[in-house]
Amino acid sequence: MEVKEDLYYSRNHEWVKTDDDRAYIGITDEAQDQLGDIVFVELPQKGDRFNQSEEIGVVESVKAVSEVYTPVSGTVVDINEELLDSPELLNDQPYESWIISLELTDDSELDNLLSAAEYKSYCEGAQ
Amino acid sequence: MMPYLPHTEQDRNDILAEIGINSVSELYSDIPEEILLEDKLKLNDSLSELDIKKKMKELSDQNHDLTEYISFLGAGVYDHYIPSVVNHIISRSEFYTAYTPYQAEISQGYLQAIFEFQTMISELTGLQVANASVYDGASAAAEAALMSTSINRNRKQIVVSRSVNPESRKVIKTYCQAADLELVEVPLCDGKTNKQELADVVDEGTAGVIIQNPNFFGLLEDLSELSRPIKKAGAVFITAADPVALGLLEAPGNLGADIVVGEGQSLGNPQNFGGPHFGFFAVAEQYMRRLPGRVIGETEDKSGNRGFVMTLQTREQHIRRARATSNICSNQALNALAATVYLSLLGKKGLQTVAELSTKKAHYTAQKIEKLTDFKMTFSGPFFKEFAVSTKKDKTELNDYLHENNYLGGFDLQKEYPELQNSILLAVTEKRTIEEIEKLVSLLEAVK
Amino acid sequence: MSKENQLIFEKSREGKKGCSLPEDELSTMEIETLIPEKHLRQKEPELPEVSEVEVVRHFTALSHKNYGVDSGFYPLGSCTMKYNPKVNEDAAQYSGFSETHPHQPQKMVQGNLKLLYELEQKLVEITGMGRFSLQPAAGAQGELAGLMIIKKDLKNRGVSDQKTEIIVPDSAHGTNPASATMVGFEVREVESNERGLVDIGQLKELVGEKTAGIMLTNPNTLGLFEEDILKIAEIIHQAGGLLYYDGANLNPIMGKVRPGDMGFDIIHLNLHKTFSTPHGGGGPGSGPVGVTEELARYLPLPLVEKNEQRYVLDNDRPDSIGKVRSFYGNFGILIRAYSYLLAAGAEGLEQAAEDAVLNANYLKEKLKTEYDLPFDRICKHEFVLSGSRQKEQGVSTADIAKRLLDFHIHPPTMYFPLIVDEAIMVEPTETESKETLDHFVEVMNQISREAQTNPQKAQNAPHNMVVGRLDETEAARSPKLRWHPEQ
Repeated sequence: MEVKEDLYYSRNHEWVKTDDDRAYIGITDEAQDQLGDIVFVELPQKGDRFNQSEEIGVVESVKAVSEVYTPVSGTVVDINEELLDSPELLNDQPYESWIISLELTDDSELDNLLSAAEYKSYCEGAQ
Repeated sequence: MMPYLPHTEQDRNDILAEIGINSVSELYSDIPEEILLEDKLKLNDSLSELDIKKKMKELSDQNHDLTEYISFLGAGVYDHYIPSVVNHIISRSEFYTAYTPYQAEISQGYLQAIFEFQTMISELTGLQVANASVYDGASAAAEAALMSTSINRNRKQIVVSRSVNPESRKVIKTYCQAADLELVEVPLCDGKTNKQELADVVDEGTAGVIIQNPNFFGLLEDLSELSRPIKKAGAVFITAADPVALGLLEAPGNLGADIVVGEGQSLGNPQNFGGPHFGFFAVAEQYMRRLPGRVIGETEDKSGNRGFVMTLQTREQHIRRARATSNICSNQALNALAATVYLSLLGKKGLQTVAELSTKKAHYTAQKIEKLTDFKMTFSGPFFKEFAVSTKKDKTELNDYLHENNYLGGFDLQKEYPELQNSILLAVTEKRTIEEIEKLVSLLEAVK
Repeated sequence: MSKENQLIFEKSREGKKGCSLPEDELSTMEIETLIPEKHLRQKEPELPEVSEVEVVRHFTALSHKNYGVDSGFYPLGSCTMKYNPKVNEDAAQYSGFSETHPHQPQKMVQGNLKLLYELEQKLVEITGMGRFSLQPAAGAQGELAGLMIIKKDLKNRGVSDQKTEIIVPDSAHGTNPASATMVGFEVREVESNERGLVDIGQLKELVGEKTAGIMLTNPNTLGLFEEDILKIAEIIHQAGGLLYYDGANLNPIMGKVRPGDMGFDIIHLNLHKTFSTPHGGGGPGSGPVGVTEELARYLPLPLVEKNEQRYVLDNDRPDSIGKVRSFYGNFGILIRAYSYLLAAGAEGLEQAAEDAVLNANYLKEKLKTEYDLPFDRICKHEFVLSGSRQKEQGVSTADIAKRLLDFHIHPPTMYFPLIVDEAIMVEPTETESKETLDHFVEVMNQISREAQTNPQKAQNAPHNMVVGRLDETEAARSPKLRWHPEQ
C-alpha cells in the first residue's frame, strides 16, 4: 500500500494536498483497496460550503459504499468531473485523482491531520 | 401428517446420533423453560390433500366470482382478457419456486425476462429507466413521493390531486405521515385536477406532485399544461398511469413527467381480490441512482457472452442499510413476468387494439346510458375506458338488480367522494360485447 | 450473437401477432373523434411482434436458464426455501378466488373474507400475538407498517419527540435499519457478543430515554436463539420502548415457543418463508403484521370481523396508521398459506420446525471440520460458516458459491451476516431428505479440498452454466438497463 509524502491524511482515509489557500481532497490507496473496483462517485456542487468532517460525497464499488468526509473546512472551488465517467481512476491513481478542491477556511485545521508517517503507522495499527 | 417432510423416524434417529444428542428436545434447550409451550397449538388437525381441496373449494364457492357475472367494475382493477399462454409460462416452477436472482449465472432466465420487462415499461412510459417492479400501484406512488424528497432534499411537501385513485391516496398518506411530510390535496374541477388550485399550492417547498392519467374517473388530464407550474417550482412531476392506456395515449415521459408509476394488474394478471398485482416504476435517467427496488442490467462474461445481473445494488438496504433509498428488497417478479409475457403476445399493435376497443366500447356504453332519462354523465371531459354517471335511481337497488341478473355494476363514488352522492363509475374493457352492453343499458333502464 | 441469448425484441418481425383479440364491433367509431389528438401517442412503443409459438418457446427457454426449489437444493440462509406444495397452487387458481374483484360488495365475497378471518386466527395462535393485518405485501413492508405503529403509539403517548432511536443488532437484516430510517427513527447498533448474541451490557448502555424500541430476529441471523430474550424485553419495556420481532426466522420455533410469550409487542411474518408460499423469483410474498391487543387499534385498514354468521370489513378504526398497500394485501399468497396450514395442522408445524432444526444441526456437524464455524453450538434453522480458511488458499466465498453451481446446487447466502468474515449462511429447511444433505456435504467438502489442490477450479467457476461469471463491475459502471432498437 502506498502512502505519499507531503500530503495530509485523515483517519477516515482521505488525503489533503495544499496549494496556497487551496486544498485538494482525495481518497488514499488504502481506501480504494478496501473498496475494490470503484464504479460510481457522487460529487458536491461548486460553491457548496463544508465544515471539517462533513460528508462531501460518496464513493461506491459494486457491493460497498463509502462516504467521503472533508478533513478541512472550505468552499468547493472545483470538482473533478473526470471521475463521473471514469471512477476507476480512483483505483488506478488514487493520489493523482483528487475529488474536489476547496478554498480553505481555516488552515490551522491542517495541524490536526496526520503526516504520511503517522498515517502509515495508523493503517498498520488498524490491521 | 403432511407429505412435505421426507424424513423417516429412522432418518431422524440417525441424524440425532450424528449430532451426538439423544432427543430433539435438547435442540431446544437454549430456550428459557418458562416460555416453552407446554400444550400443542390450537389449530386444525392435519388434512389430506383431498380434504384440503374440498375445504378450499367450499370457501371459493362461497364467493360470487366473475366467471358468473358480466363485470363493469373497475376503479383500479380491471377485467381485461388474459391469453392462456400467460398462466402456462408463470406456472413453470423454475420461475415461481425461485427466489431473488442473487446468483446471476443460475438465474439468467428471470434476469433476462426482467430486463425485457424494464425495456417494455421504459417504452410505455417514455422514461429511460424502469425498475424490476414494486408491490402495487399504490405503494409505487408512495415510494415515488418519498423519492421526490430525496431529489429535493430540503422540501417537505407532497401534493396529490384528488383525481388520483383514493386507494393510492390512502397509501401515500400513510407513507407521508410516517416520513413527517406534509400532504396537500388539490381539489377537483369537473372531475379533473383544478389547474388554478394546483398552481397556487405548488411552491419551493413542494418536493413532488402526483397526478393520475387517465384519472380515477377515467378522464384525461392535460399533463403538459399541469407540468408547467410544477416545473416552475422545481418540484418532481410524478404521474400514475394505466399501462393499457399507454398503448394509445402519449407516453407521460414526453409530457414532462419525471417519474411514472402505475398499477400493472391489467397486463396479464387476474383480479385476485386485489392482489398479488404489481406496481411499475420508471424515472428519467438522471434519477437512476435514487430509484427504489431492484434493477437488472446487461453485462458480459469473460468470453464476451451476454448476460444479466442485478445492478446499482449500493442503493439497496442490504448494502446501504439505514441510508438505503428504500427498504424494499423484493419485487413482484412473477406478476412482472406475467406482464412481460402478456406484452410479448400482444405486441405494439395488440396493446393499442386492446386500448382502442376498450375506449370505443366505453364510449358506446356512455352514449347509450346518457340517452336514458334518469342518467347523465357526471363530468364533461374526454375519457378513456371508464366514466362516471349520475342517476336519480337508488344506487343500492340498482346494483342489487344488476346482481340478480348476473351483472356487476360500477363503483359507488360516494364512498370516496361524499359530494358525488348519485354517481357510479363504470369500466368497460375489450371483453365486453355489444350485446352485454345493451343488456346492461336495458337493465339500468328497467330498474325502478 | 448466439441465438440463445436473443432478447424477445430481437426476435420481433413486423406484422406478427401472439394472440387473437375480439373483432371490432364498433369499426365505424373513430378513436380520433373520442380522444383529442394531443392525448394520443405520436410514436408506437417498441413492443415485440412475435407469434404465440415463439413467445412460448422464448419463455420456456428462459425457464430452462433458471433454478427454483423444484430444480434442486436451495439452502439460501434466512430465506427458508422450503418446498412449495402444489395443492396450494391449485387452490389459489380456483376462479372463486382469482376472479373476484376487491370492490365487489362484501356479501358476494364471503368466502374470501372468511379465509382472511380464519388465517388471522391461525397466525394469532401460532405467534401468541393479539391481532394481525394481512395487508403488507412483503416482509419489508410488514416491518415498515410495524415501525409506523411504534411511531403512532409514541405519538399517542406524547413521547414521540423524545423517543427517536431504534436499536438494531449488528447481525440484523439490512431491511431493519432501512425501515427504521424511512419512518424517521435514528438507528443505534448493538454489537453481538462472543456467543453471537445481543451483548446485554452494551444494550443497557444504549437504552435510555431516547429508546423507541428494538428490532430483533429470534433465532437471530446466526441461527442462534437469543437466550436472554426475557431480560432484553425487560430492559426495553422498562425504558418505555417496544419490542419488534422480525419473523424471517420463525420456522424453527413453530409450536415450540411464541414471540408473544417472549415479550414482543409487534411482529411481521414472511408467509413466503415460513408458510411455504412460493418466492416467485423475488415476489409476490406476503408480510402480515401482528401486534398485542393493546396495539391492535393501530393496525392497517381494514380488518375482518365476524358478526354472527357474516364476515365484514371493518374500516372504522380511527387510530389506524392507514393503508400500506391497496385492498387486502397479496390475497393469492394468503390463500396458499391458509392451504398449507390446513395440511400441516398443529402437529405438522411442530414437526416441520423440528426437522428444520435437525437438518441444520446435521449439516453444521458435518461441515465444521472442513470449514470454520465461528459459533459452535446447537443452532436452530440455520448456521453460519466462515470461508476464511479457504480464502487464505485463494478461494473466496464468492468462488465457493460459483463452484456450487457446477454441481447444480443453489449456493447458501454469502457474505451475510456482516459480522462473520467470508460468511456462508446455510438454511437447509425441513423439506430436504438426508440423501440431499449428504450430497451437499460431499460437494462442499470436495470444494474445500480443491481449494488446497486446485484453487483455479473454484476461481474460474461456474464451468457449465449458460454463461460464465458475469462482470458486475462493468454493469455498475456503465449501467445498461434496457434494450435499445439501434443496438
